[in-house]
Amino acid sequence: MPGSSCDVQSEAAAPMFCGWTQALGAGQSFFMPHDHHDDHPHALLPPDPALRVKALETILTEKGLIDPAALEEIIDTYQNRIGPQNGARVVARAWSDPDFKAALLADADPVLAELGLYGRQGEHMVVVENTAQQHNMVVCTLCSCYPWPLLGIPPGWYKSDAYRARAVREPRKVLAEFGVTLPESCAVRVWDSTAEVRYLVLPARPEGSESLGEEELAALVTRDSMIGTGLAKVPGEALA
Amino acid sequence: MSICPEVAAPEPVFAEPWHAQVFALTVHLNEAGRFSWADWVERFSATLKRHGLSRELDGGEDYFRAWLETLEMFLAEQGAASRAEAEVMRSRWEEAYLSTPHGAPVKL
Repeated sequence: MPGSSCDVQSEAAAPMFCGWTQALGAGQSFFMPHDHHDDHPHALLPPDPALRVKALETILTEKGLIDPAALEEIIDTYQNRIGPQNGARVVARAWSDPDFKAALLADADPVLAELGLYGRQGEHMVVVENTAQQHNMVVCTLCSCYPWPLLGIPPGWYKSDAYRARAVREPRKVLAEFGVTLPESCAVRVWDSTAEVRYLVLPARPEGSESLGEEELAALVTRDSMIGTGLAKVPGEALA
Repeated sequence: MSICPEVAAPEPVFAEPWHAQVFALTVHLNEAGRFSWADWVERFSATLKRHGLSRELDGGEDYFRAWLETLEMFLAEQGAASRAEAEVMRSRWEEAYLSTPHGAPVKL
């Protein structure tokens, strides 16, 4: 198997934060502007970090190091155009087309490139299939590496210390908190993403979906099912 | 602590406009060749680790504060935007907000 992974039975990637006792680093102050009310004569003052971001943008723009239009384009892309619906299309296609699925599992990059689901933080993708014997779950213990072209920007919990530490240490417990309980006979494998390798879980095709077309199938594929903290919805299940 | 979020309305991609802005700025600088993504990840994960020593980070506001701090340090180190430059420009923006009539566009 390419890339790094950690078997849940191993102790290798135990919590990375324990045993550290240093104080906080610099830059931790929390600037709180005084309360502003509607009757104030001036514009509402943004929070401190927002001003700091504006400062960086202005400096870099003035130096010609960035193009403000490109920033708008990036924000628009991730806010409006790229999201889990991309990954869902891939999963639905894999469920419907055995050759596509085989190619995807063997070497995802050319397959995804052909679909235009390539680039930015999706340069090297590995797709891992859930089976009756093995459930896969993805984490980034380092920070929040995530397949942007397929899933968009990660949810808050994916970036939290709690998930990043516990997904490796006690994956079954974490899965239970997401409402996923697996039989003991099903192993759980946790894949640790890096800046170089990103993972997409190919969830199991739900019972009762045999007659559905790709579009209907894609509607059953949730974001969490492609991270491995959920399962695909069964047909008829209310949209969550 | 339970990780599983309450099932509710889908969360916005970016909770605050500045989260989106600092994200886009970083992606753009990476694509413009100012730094590699691997270098970014190394620095960012070090900041997260440092911040996570004294409290558990929830992956929301604290995550983007760590992100911003990392970017500020990185740009200062590269000489693209020094600490002093950033502080002066931040103050200029603050003054601009405080001296712009409510409802009018804020400019430097």
